[in-house]
Amino acid sequence: MTQMTMVQAINSALDVMLERDPDVLVLGEDVGFFGGVFRCTDGLQQRHGDRRVFDTPIAEAGIVGVAIGMGAYGLRPVVECQFADYIYPAFDQIVSAAAKLRYRSAGEFWAPLTIRAPYGGGIFGGQTHSQSPEGLFTHVCGIKTVIPATPYDAKGLLISAIEDDDPVLFFEPKRLYSGPFDGHPERPAQAWAGHPAAEVPIGYYTIPLGQAAIVRAGSALTVLTYGTMVHVAMTAAAETGIDAEIIDLRCLLQLDIDSIVASVSKTGRCVIVHEATRTGGFGAELSALVQERCFYHLEAPILRVTGWDTPYPHSFEWDYFPGPRRVGEAMQQTLAV
Amino acid sequence: MKPPPLRLHIPEARFRPGDTSDFSYLELPEAGEASRPPINAKASTTRELAFGLVRVLDDKGAACGEWNPQLSPDLMRRGLRAMALTRSFDERMFKMQRQGKTSFYLKCTGEEAVAVAAALALNKGDMCFPTYRQQGLLIARDWPILDMMCQIYANTHDRLKGRQLAVLYSVRQAGFFTLAGNLATQCPQAVGWAMASAYKQGRDIAATWIGEGASAEGDFHHALTFAAVYHAPVVLNLVNNQWAISSAQGVAGGEEATFASRAIGFGLPGIRVDGNDFLAVYAVTRWAAERARANHGPTLIELFTYRVAPHSTSDDPSRYRPGDESVHWPLGDPIDRLKRHLISLGEWNETRHAELLAELDEQVRVANALAQSYGTHSDGPHHDPATIFEDVYKDMPWHLREQQAELRRLNALTGKAD
Repeated sequence: MTQMTMVQAINSALDVMLERDPDVLVLGEDVGFFGGVFRCTDGLQQRHGDRRVFDTPIAEAGIVGVAIGMGAYGLRPVVECQFADYIYPAFDQIVSAAAKLRYRSAGEFWAPLTIRAPYGGGIFGGQTHSQSPEGLFTHVCGIKTVIPATPYDAKGLLISAIEDDDPVLFFEPKRLYSGPFDGHPERPAQAWAGHPAAEVPIGYYTIPLGQAAIVRAGSALTVLTYGTMVHVAMTAAAETGIDAEIIDLRCLLQLDIDSIVASVSKTGRCVIVHEATRTGGFGAELSALVQERCFYHLEAPILRVTGWDTPYPHSFEWDYFPGPRRVGEAMQQTLAV
Repeated sequence: MKPPPLRLHIPEARFRPGDTSDFSYLELPEAGEASRPPINAKASTTRELAFGLVRVLDDKGAACGEWNPQLSPDLMRRGLRAMALTRSFDERMFKMQRQGKTSFYLKCTGEEAVAVAAALALNKGDMCFPTYRQQGLLIARDWPILDMMCQIYANTHDRLKGRQLAVLYSVRQAGFFTLAGNLATQCPQAVGWAMASAYKQGRDIAATWIGEGASAEGDFHHALTFAAVYHAPVVLNLVNNQWAISSAQGVAGGEEATFASRAIGFGLPGIRVDGNDFLAVYAVTRWAAERARANHGPTLIELFTYRVAPHSTSDDPSRYRPGDESVHWPLGDPIDRLKRHLISLGEWNETRHAELLAELDEQVRVANALAQSYGTHSDGPHHDPATIFEDVYKDMPWHLREQQAELRRLNALTGKAD
């Protein structure tokens, strides 16, 4: 075990898989010599060679399209999409091809590719470097969507994603790359050092896709969340003193429905928190699932705390971001019923 | 003097219903005129080929020039048979759609050489990423037409289990990548497949096809970029059949430049070839395949041809082009041209040709009857509807298992299926 930031954990996962499986390739904009704009691929080209870790033209549809062909051949390409905001040119390749090869060929062809993309706000990235587009992809059948919240999870989940035979979108909360984030931008930035989930094995390990983590056990209410908002929800629980059970979903699809149902059935109250915009977001799906399965256990309406339904507004980032105060208020509101 | 105001240019087809099509405006070089560079030629030395037209068979049926692939009569007869079988298959399936036995069909009439000659010029292990108009690849690779029919009828023997629109085949075993309805997506995938083959130090290359209409999609240009950047061992075929449903090739950007010349800016050889000339298509494909296999990189081939068929069974071309336009196409019919060449060599005759056509029609008729005995789209039987939940993921997740159980329950109530 050693201390790692999330960037180092992701780098380590890629390093382990490049070492372990000669069919794993890493490609994307600036991932080669330079090691990625967020340093996630730092040193990988030097260690594994430029045929296995290489730069691509700036054309996300091309990168993903090429990776699909590589996957169909039998390789396990890992694509870095420099920002999740840049994934849209690849949407057709992801939705029409990657997600459907296995189905449309009745199992003859599939593409086991992993698309990594830093997502979410909190770094003053403005509209085009802050978005959380996971809900666009959870609506598509045939792909899996994974979002880690700690260095330990990032490495274990990324290795599972690379080994998975279905295409996986791996959204990395870039605000968490170098440290956990309590949702208080005015305070000094925290580092991962000393955080229990920053203790990461140097070698190979996996966290199975489809298993949520209960990051805080509690009895008053259930918080369903993922990514950066896991840490914000933890702050909200601490600041309100509410005994919340906080579930880090880790995988949106496939979803760990059993953990969700068990928790809400126990607490009878549910708050859903994500940074993405509200309307049609993944929170809406979670809310529907909870009411379908836990209706007779519910003591209060399910509440959602999300980003507003606006583009990510650069200089108003902290008005947009669903911080601990909004999360805490929703917790109190659901307890007041 | 004031300059005239700006004027927006909208490309228009030269001929519409009521006009007499006249293709005399086309500059058609003589057969044998084009020179054949060595397969390792620098792309910059091949530019003429992007604006000319490689033709081997002349109007009298003789094979001429450096591009003559000098094929054995047996191989040419094999090509003739595959093209004729493709046409016979198309005709019957088209009729079956009109009879309501399938929802959809799409013919490649007049374009048979595009796929058949390429299939014979490529190696068996080379992976093809075609469009829906290259059914000739499967036929030339001797894939059973019965299997293709079962897909069209979505019956109990359909390997794709009734999930795909008729004609959107997938045959991994025959090196035929699962067809996409989303045009052009296959192009960068072919490049990726080729890159993977090179990465694994394999011997097989990839080939892809796209229509001139869909070549306006970004994916086609991404394919050119990536193929050029990584010297991918891939053959990029662009089938210019003049029509994208009702839009003439000018709407796709063919008015001021040839489609083959798209290659030049990418540093690739672009070769324009008479797509109705079996020998020319074979020779150019072979050149590009050998070049790719020898690590000299990709080639863009424009197959200049004419879509004699409607776009599909859902299309009525008489509403947007002269009904007899194909008759005026100056590059003839690929089957007829190869037949005349074989006859001129003394390797074929009208009697044998008539016998061949009769034999193929009978082969198609028998296969069709057998395929229909396994079910048709209109009347079934089909696969168990509960199979629609399979293959979405490798392992079925809980929510699909739940939905599958629900469909089973509903169908049990109506007695629809097991």
